[in-house]
Amino acid sequence: MKILGFLLLVSGWAIVLTAVALLTEGTPRAAFVLAGIGVECVGVALLIRAHPVRRGEHE
Amino acid sequence: MSGPPPALSDTPAICLAFILLVPLAGAGLALINTGLGRARSAAQLMMSSLCVLSIAALAYFVCGFAFQGFPDQPAHWLTIGGKPWSWLADGHLFLHHVALDGSPASLAALLGMLSAGLTALIPLGAGADRWRLGACSISTALLAGWTYPLFAHWVWGGGWLAQLGSNYGLGRGFIDSGGASTIQAMGGLTALAIAWILGPRRGKYTHDGMPSAIPGHNAVLVLFGCVLALAGWWGLNASGAILFNGADRGVAVRVAINTILSAASAGLAAALITHTRFGKPDASLTANGWIGGLAASSGACAFVEPLEAAFIGVLAGVFVTLAVEWLELRVSVDDPGGSIAAHAIGGLWGVLSVGIFAELPLPASTAPVAARHPGQWLAQLVGIATLIGFVLPLTYGLNWLLDRAYPQRVSVEGERQGMDLYELGAGAYPEFMTHSEEFTER
Repeated sequence: MKILGFLLLVSGWAIVLTAVALLTEGTPRAAFVLAGIGVECVGVALLIRAHPVRRGEHE
Repeated sequence: MSGPPPALSDTPAICLAFILLVPLAGAGLALINTGLGRARSAAQLMMSSLCVLSIAALAYFVCGFAFQGFPDQPAHWLTIGGKPWSWLADGHLFLHHVALDGSPASLAALLGMLSAGLTALIPLGAGADRWRLGACSISTALLAGWTYPLFAHWVWGGGWLAQLGSNYGLGRGFIDSGGASTIQAMGGLTALAIAWILGPRRGKYTHDGMPSAIPGHNAVLVLFGCVLALAGWWGLNASGAILFNGADRGVAVRVAINTILSAASAGLAAALITHTRFGKPDASLTANGWIGGLAASSGACAFVEPLEAAFIGVLAGVFVTLAVEWLELRVSVDDPGGSIAAHAIGGLWGVLSVGIFAELPLPASTAPVAARHPGQWLAQLVGIATLIGFVLPLTYGLNWLLDRAYPQRVSVEGERQGMDLYELGAGAYPEFMTHSEEFTER
């Protein structure tokens, strides 16, 4: 899950870069940038779930 | 016979004076981190702070500035979609070929040395009471020698984020007046990576996942650190605005007013929230709110009105206070210094506030005209996406690899004994130790 989380972070960033580089119209570009950030948010959520407190290990 | 050395003109001299204030921000952060940690780790944390500042300065001197560079200096370029993207400076190691004479590049090199150290101090708060001195030293070398200069080139060295305006018409390109992204958000995200890799302190979470309160050992250090940090932030924000955003030296007054308004509003917002929720204001959360306000001020302090700066601060105080609780209770991230909330959340909010509030000078305009640029908010969002989608995986990956080769967390015995005795052999407050023989009759 941790690797998937990081993959989503990088994928979201790639979507943002692609939108900036390839799209010229303002609205679609903004929509894809926001979509890329949305993908990153999903990645962060996965990373949070992938880092639970390892109970017992640090107590 | 040679004449007297030429004097610096006013602007470089004033900029230099501001840069020389920046170490006060480092001193403030070191005091805050130490005060919010345990007494038995205080000396180790201050020692770590000094080592971090030293290693960051050296790493940045060796290769950092070569990678960061300065606008209009040689750089490595990629061509994407017919547009040039500058992704890394092509400078010389050891500051070779940088005229150390008050030129903008030389001032940027000095500011970079101090900023890299400031960035590396932020994760110390998240790793307090369990981060080994050797590990945080190596981690600092990676941060100051590679991660920080790479991103700083994109923002302050004429890199692709700064070029978003000229290449793609996104406002004036990504703008960061005083380091909300390059210093605060990067330091805060590195703090998150460190907190994840190290795990929580022993005894922080019970078997059923409930956090236990481990209060900081010295609120006086924490609150004094806040005031000290304000002076450092004045230097940071003013010198950044002059060096990297072409602001006139007179902007320093606006920067100073906006910086203190943002910090004051954020600190008071945090105090009010904690008073409302817990019946009494909480000193450590108020300090976190203050620092969050400072971090947020770094984004747009040179380009907003005082009322807007105060509003940015209020929201920073609210965000930081809620984020501290969310991280501890919901996400189970143990961050004794509140570094992630104050610097990452505060810094990201500061970056976004540029797109919402800033009135930026028109390019190539001789008249002092400022305006809100359409597309500026999108440039700021691209910067935020880069921090979360590139900087966080990079800094996590580097620290994870380091942890494989050289475990970053202190041993169980070290944590029980305290970092001071285990790593330094002496505590920070030896006269406060109770010796049993003092109470036995002779």
